[in-house]
Amino acid sequence: METLTGAQILVRTLIDQGVDTIFGYPGGTVIDIYDALFDEADRIRHIETTHEQHAAHAADGYARATGRTGVVLATSGPGATNLVTGIATAFLDSVPMVAITGNVAGAVIGTDAFQELDITGVTLPITKHNYFVRDIDRLQDTVREAFSLANSGRPGPVLVDIAKDVQEATCAYAPKPPIAPRPHRVPRPEVIQAAADAINAAKRPFVYVGGGVIASDAGAEVIALAERIGAPIGSSLMGISSIPTDHPLFLGMQGMHGHYACTMAMDDCDCLIALGSRFNDRATGDRTKFRPSGKVVRIDIDSSELNKTLDDQVDVRSDVKTALRELLPLVQQASHPRWEQTVRHLRKSEAAFADCRSGMFPHTIMEAIDRHRTPDMPLVTDVGQHQMWAAQYLHFSRPRTFVSSGGLGTMGFGLGASIGAALATGRHVVLVTGDGCFAMDMAELITAADHDVPVTVVLLNNGVLGMVRQWQSLFYGQRHSNTTLARKADYVAVARALGASACRVETIEELDEALDRALATQGPMLIECPVDKDEFVTPMLPVGATMDDLIVNMDDVNQRLGRS
Amino acid sequence: MNIYSIAIMVRNEYGVLNRVTSMFRRRQFNITCLTVSETETEELSRITVQFEGENDRAREQLVAQLAKLPDVIEFREFNPDESVSCELLLIKMANDNGERQAMLDAANAFHAKIVDYTRESIIFRIAGTSRRIDNFIDLMRDFEILEVCRTGIISLERGAQVMRSISTM
Repeated sequence: METLTGAQILVRTLIDQGVDTIFGYPGGTVIDIYDALFDEADRIRHIETTHEQHAAHAADGYARATGRTGVVLATSGPGATNLVTGIATAFLDSVPMVAITGNVAGAVIGTDAFQELDITGVTLPITKHNYFVRDIDRLQDTVREAFSLANSGRPGPVLVDIAKDVQEATCAYAPKPPIAPRPHRVPRPEVIQAAADAINAAKRPFVYVGGGVIASDAGAEVIALAERIGAPIGSSLMGISSIPTDHPLFLGMQGMHGHYACTMAMDDCDCLIALGSRFNDRATGDRTKFRPSGKVVRIDIDSSELNKTLDDQVDVRSDVKTALRELLPLVQQASHPRWEQTVRHLRKSEAAFADCRSGMFPHTIMEAIDRHRTPDMPLVTDVGQHQMWAAQYLHFSRPRTFVSSGGLGTMGFGLGASIGAALATGRHVVLVTGDGCFAMDMAELITAADHDVPVTVVLLNNGVLGMVRQWQSLFYGQRHSNTTLARKADYVAVARALGASACRVETIEELDEALDRALATQGPMLIECPVDKDEFVTPMLPVGATMDDLIVNMDDVNQRLGRS
Repeated sequence: MNIYSIAIMVRNEYGVLNRVTSMFRRRQFNITCLTVSETETEELSRITVQFEGENDRAREQLVAQLAKLPDVIEFREFNPDESVSCELLLIKMANDNGERQAMLDAANAFHAKIVDYTRESIIFRIAGTSRRIDNFIDLMRDFEILEVCRTGIISLERGAQVMRSISTM
């Protein structure tokens, strides 16, 4: 057995857990950890961002793109509080992450020492669990436990706060393997049978996929189920990329800005098979008027999601893949000609609402991206209108290639997450962002440029905070309070100054040409695309509304606003 | 509002009470009564919580969230018919010459024990169901109450069943 310092034990334990990359930022109470990292640079890569928040988003992007646990490291006090938004983002979307923070030495804990902060208290409601390590004997096992917790059951972030004196103390160390994952919980046969009975009795079944399908890698099982029972498939925002967009049964995204046919079909179904989705309010609208409530057959690994907001018919507590493998032999091959016809009609209506304008518009920009992006490239978004356009128009054929902050809706998530996704997969990443978000995270172009991270940033610049403006236009009497940015910033010049390539395009042809160049570039490249400030995301289901209030397209918007 | 009662066995570590009560706060439940103590083994603490909730869905949600906390070893909701509950009261009364005898008679009727007696004050102690304690306090309102302190409810299931067997520790 070797005798090592706490800091060395931490780094060795990270390596034992299979960690190859960590994102972080040095500071006073993590000097010892950075000192230990110095010796292990050939086994563990440290990526220093310009701000801890984006290091957390990078760890998040790393995890979303691969399923492996992302790791972020920050100092005490402000370093730790800067992680908070990143940890909360991961928590709301069930992303496996281990956040490591330093804290002041045990002797001065509780004295309001310099940069002392109760980060375990602060992160209590946004972590699966957190630890404050004050005893070096507990360090190795605590870190192993943290990794086990973060990536088991419903994944999520775990924080390990380590007092400085623990990092400096010494202790015997022998490598230990990661804690073996617990076997998947197989649901009881009578529960699976009840689910099968409900599905077999359905005349208008609908399969709804959420992030849990990606987490349990169950895309193939979902397709097998839908094909056998003759059900269309819809997705939540978090479920996007779990099912190939081009699959004939796939209707797209459901919810506030979901695809028309998908949202309407889900509303009309008589059996809603919900797989690893939690029915966020953005998906259901007014829950008391949400018609599928009471008809839900739900599979979720987290028992606290069962029956949480809707009345479920059958609840199966299990990961999606395990449950579907049990369920598949029990469901009957079925076809529902009338239901299929209804869905075909809905698709026809959707096609009639489609935006056919040519020129520089959100849908044509997304089509251009689709022309250039290969299926293995992660597509990352920030949050707002551009995020919804990306979710609506882009095509995905491999799981984990759509990376987006859904639950928390964190503006400024994109560039950090792109860096993490690119480094984790070794692939070129395309980030779709808006001018509001980009201004929040553009400093990370420095990181991307320094490390030659291949990220193509497609910036949709409409000069406004488009999503809020859209609400102000529709529901606040067109009073555009503080959403017209009218900034003097030249983002192309900024990007170049930070070490990235950059250009502004005015036409789709120029965009095509720029994307060609960007995807052949080793480091980051920004492509700024002008977008009109009054492009809205449609369809739109207003908050608390029912399907009758659905705003279907821009013509509908203009009519409602009395525009010609 | 409904009143619910639940016993939770947790790891006896610092911060655990905070983790548990924070879950109540986040889900907007009002805790009406809370007791915490060590158990037959020093690794475990037992928390008994009585709380108000809007409906059973909200309560189920809270319990499911509690069950997910890594520090929660076991929990049980209590059915009043199948459990024994009690709490303890200390009440300090003014020792007034004119009212002393009436007060002592009332205390005697409740089998309250005098645990402190001075010229100015008397402290009574009684144990029992929450209702019995409410009734006693109500009776004491006829006299001058100086201070009241009650422990909150503790509960055990009737019969041989236990939340967690010591032998499995």
